[in-house]
Amino acid sequence: MSVLVYTENEGGILKKSALEAASYGRAIADAMQTTLTAVSINGSENEKLAIYGVDAILAIDAEQLNAFNTKAYASAIKQAAQKDSATVIILSSSADSKCIAPVLAIQLNAGYLSNVVALPESITPFQVKRTAFTNKAFSITEITTDIKIIGLSNNAFGLKESSASGAVEAFSPTLDDHHFGVTITAVDKATDKVSIADAEVVVSGGRGLKGPEHWGLIEDLAEVLGAATACSKPVSDMGWRPHGEHVGQTGKPVASNLYIAIGISGAIQHLAGINSSKVKVVINTDPEAPFFKAADYGIVGDAFEVVPQLIEKLKEFKANNA
Amino acid sequence: MKILVCISHVPDTTSKINFIEGDTKFDTNGVQFVINPNDEFGLTRAMWFKEKQGASVEVISVGGAETEPTLRKALAIGADSAIRVDTDPIDGLFVAKQLAKVAKEGNYDLIIAGRESIDYNGGMVPGMLASLLDANFVNTCIGLEIEGNTATAIREIDGGKETLTTTTPLVIGGQKGLVAESDLRIPNMRGIMMARKKALTVLTPEAVEVQTKSIAFQKPEPKGAVTLATSVDELISLLHNEAKVI
Repeated sequence: MSVLVYTENEGGILKKSALEAASYGRAIADAMQTTLTAVSINGSENEKLAIYGVDAILAIDAEQLNAFNTKAYASAIKQAAQKDSATVIILSSSADSKCIAPVLAIQLNAGYLSNVVALPESITPFQVKRTAFTNKAFSITEITTDIKIIGLSNNAFGLKESSASGAVEAFSPTLDDHHFGVTITAVDKATDKVSIADAEVVVSGGRGLKGPEHWGLIEDLAEVLGAATACSKPVSDMGWRPHGEHVGQTGKPVASNLYIAIGISGAIQHLAGINSSKVKVVINTDPEAPFFKAADYGIVGDAFEVVPQLIEKLKEFKANNA
Repeated sequence: MKILVCISHVPDTTSKINFIEGDTKFDTNGVQFVINPNDEFGLTRAMWFKEKQGASVEVISVGGAETEPTLRKALAIGADSAIRVDTDPIDGLFVAKQLAKVAKEGNYDLIIAGRESIDYNGGMVPGMLASLLDANFVNTCIGLEIEGNTATAIREIDGGKETLTTTTPLVIGGQKGLVAESDLRIPNMRGIMMARKKALTVLTPEAVEVQTKSIAFQKPEPKGAVTLATSVDELISLLHNEAKVI
């Protein structure tokens, strides 16, 4: 019996969501009085996992797994789980982990719950809290199978350090050619930008910005804050911004620590998508905009006046608090 | 090419979410149900394959008789036929197994399901279905072309996208981007009339062992009033000293 966490990396470097999943795994392992094992695929920072409470690391080093592949990764993690007799398996909510988890669930005949936002309410029976209805509600759900898979929501638990030995053991799963039925031929990714999924701060713009030519404001503010940029649905529908930036019910969910909405009125679908963010700030000319009812802080004012001031003052603030 | 599009019958995106029976059940009273938006993007892409490449398009839903108007809407949009597995969906695996049974018998080249439903947000049916069928799988798919048995797909990843090549049989987790929002179709009168005559087959469900069960729902804590700052300085101070997020 153990708790197993899949610690995802990007080019070898551990993702923040992986460290969060490890922190969460440590807490579950403590509650179950067992050990926490991480499975790492072509990671170059395995030693860092000890800081987040990982007792042992199954380190897979395989050239065939340099490019992400759902079935091959799921199979490798399944074999790690079996080797370790894991009864609870934790993955993050990254795009890749969300591919792996359902496939792994079938392979291990395990019950799987996604979007889990807290430690289990109880271990026996195994009940967890997850978001449902696109963040308009929570659901307490029980997993009844022997092996349980949890997909942890980003930024739901946070990073928690605790010392552990983090012993690294090389592990070589058997990889079968038939796992490689899907091949990546091209990747198009902005490497210098924070993605919405990983971001602690998200700066988002709506129709109030009047046109794509004004997006420099959003980008400049995001740069000062080290934030990802996002937009409302009408903005992506009009082609002002790429679809990948659309946040809301039919776009991406946002679970950042700070979400700043500029010129977004706050349609119910948008609010649902960003509801998991911890602190919401709205800047809008219309004091009656529904977003003010959902926000923690706000400024009633013209984005074209407020945002440049905010950028300048934040630069000063950052310089003074560096 | 034979395409199966999996349709979830979900509350409209503007619905107010409430629960009944001691917060154990979703309150459908006054709620308008629609085709799950992620599924509708997939259905619309399937229509493109039908019109440009002569594909046949079947739609399927797991649900009670109340879900039939949603399937009829898919027929009115242009699907050729519909299947309803007559049971209340219990969890993602339950639905995936019902779909897998039909998919195995139907020998489809392409199966499109939404990346997740907007009600329970499980996000597991496409991946489970691909695994149960031992088919190729592309999740969060925002572009798809098929020639013969070769598919080129674009997958949305964190912070970008990647292009993939694979072969049929293929299961797709679809979403916005498979077609643009402006490509979505509103059924016209002719489509609605024709939909009435199209076959809607009702199947009895398979017994499936339950792996997860919903115990109760909770609504988020009601939100306190917004704190309005009168200056940018005040906002920065609030975010730093009170919210502690900068």
